[in-house]
Amino acid sequence: MVSKKYLVYMAHSNVNFRRAELESLADLCGLDIDFSTYDEESPFFVVDLPDDAQASRWIRRSVLCKALYEYWGEGKNLQELHESIKSQPFHEHYKQLYRQDSFKFQFETYRGSTRANRVEQIETFAYLGLQGKIDMKRPDQIYTIVEEYRPLAENVGSTIPERMFFGRLVQRSDRHAMEVYDLKKRPYKGTTSFEAELSLVSANIAQVKPGSLMYDPFAGTGSFLSAGGHYGALVLGSDIDGKMIRGRGAAYDISSNFKYYGESVQFIDVLTMDFTHNSIRSNLKFDTILCDPPYGIREGIKVLGADNLEKYVGKEDVELYGKKSFLHRDYIPAKKSYSLDNLLDNLLQYASERLTIGGRLAFWMPTANDENVETMIPLHFCLELKYNCVQEFNKWSRRLLVYENRGPDFNGQDNTGTKRAVSNFRERYFTNFNR
Amino acid sequence: MKLLTSNFLKCSVKACDSSNDNFPLRYDANCQLQQDESIDCNPEFLINILQRVDWNALVQVALDLGNNSLPPQKPELSPGDDLTDDDLAIIRDMHSLLIQTSIVEGQMSCRNCGHVYYIKNGIPNLLLPPHLA
Repeated sequence: MVSKKYLVYMAHSNVNFRRAELESLADLCGLDIDFSTYDEESPFFVVDLPDDAQASRWIRRSVLCKALYEYWGEGKNLQELHESIKSQPFHEHYKQLYRQDSFKFQFETYRGSTRANRVEQIETFAYLGLQGKIDMKRPDQIYTIVEEYRPLAENVGSTIPERMFFGRLVQRSDRHAMEVYDLKKRPYKGTTSFEAELSLVSANIAQVKPGSLMYDPFAGTGSFLSAGGHYGALVLGSDIDGKMIRGRGAAYDISSNFKYYGESVQFIDVLTMDFTHNSIRSNLKFDTILCDPPYGIREGIKVLGADNLEKYVGKEDVELYGKKSFLHRDYIPAKKSYSLDNLLDNLLQYASERLTIGGRLAFWMPTANDENVETMIPLHFCLELKYNCVQEFNKWSRRLLVYENRGPDFNGQDNTGTKRAVSNFRERYFTNFNR
Repeated sequence: MKLLTSNFLKCSVKACDSSNDNFPLRYDANCQLQQDESIDCNPEFLINILQRVDWNALVQVALDLGNNSLPPQKPELSPGDDLTDDDLAIIRDMHSLLIQTSIVEGQMSCRNCGHVYYIKNGIPNLLLPPHLA
């Protein structure tokens, strides 16, 4: 297969999620990528790809990448960089291809900055023989020098790069979506709203596809619905907390967020519904289930029912204004406490029944860091665990778990129905994880 | 609540799952409808979603709400087809019905157990009292 060398330049952010996002997006566009040279710590990944069009398709919706370049060369300093560029077998060919195109140069720096004269540096590339016009606004080609620095000490940046790449910009990523979906600018949000960057990354790892059907059973203020909608899914959400999904009037609710983003066409509905008493017909298939289940931090996990059922005996016969009270428009049903283990068991079972084969379930799960036992990841025999990406906080962490529905024949490991959590996360959160 | 969503909702009561009458719910003829013309039509999405629509249920709900104009068979449209003018006309009609039409206020009930669910400010409430949960 004919292929070309490319440089992927990633953001130094949520490093644990970068490979999962790259792999998931590659799989989504049918690209078979060799990750053997992938370095978890490095923001650079030099990779062979069939052509620009496929390379672009891969990176254009990535949030943790910055950009993708056609690779021209690399070196420890400017001189080595030039030698590397001139020595590449494709050097003459590339020079011919873009010779007449308008262009500009730009610099990207990682972990440092230089005081070097950039104009002088650009002039050292004269041997490329670029004959097109320089165009700072809409150039045909953007040549980029990406510099990597090693900080001299913590908080002391270096001014001399230790590695330089040179390439032609092929595709910018979707990282700017972080700004668009920034919670600060969102019309309707709440205390449980999920940050823009990782909600978009979650949607990418969950392989949300344009025109597909996505469900968030713990929609809250709709953070994941927005992320799914951004990548073209038709989204449906539900939450037991009606207050949350109603919002604060027509201008401040989930649907108004979609209007604000100009993506109303992606939004189906949000339902006031208990996930464990589900009203979605069982033969409706979803392509993706993406959610952040209640950890029980801000409030305990609740489902329909009553903790002390005795109190409710006979209540179903109570009448108000000649009508059963539970049939009144403003009736508020009782709720009872539920464990995270049970809720996640229900979620996995539901996903195994309702996801299309190959469809993904992605959700966030909290864990305390001081527990000396290994976190038990919930497993279901129909679901293949694809990713377990951890985001660390000071005393706790949360992880994005991603599964693919493989159907009953998958026959994978199963630990549903067992007690996996060693302690109540909410309790530990409020006792500061010291006990 | 979009008319499309009525095509997804069954009764929440678990005991009704063994009945064939828990879907679709029966919609009160007095449901207050609203038409939102501002939602643009995306033919590709609509064809996708139409494939997941239970047509008989849609016809039934439309009848509940006083619309008897739906054909008895689901229009045949597949993704990737070259769309004729007739296809596009069908897609526009379906978009208008499924996506632009919503129930703002009203009630729906289970054909099996009779439990009543309300739609308030466009959001359906499917919660259950303890004796049904």
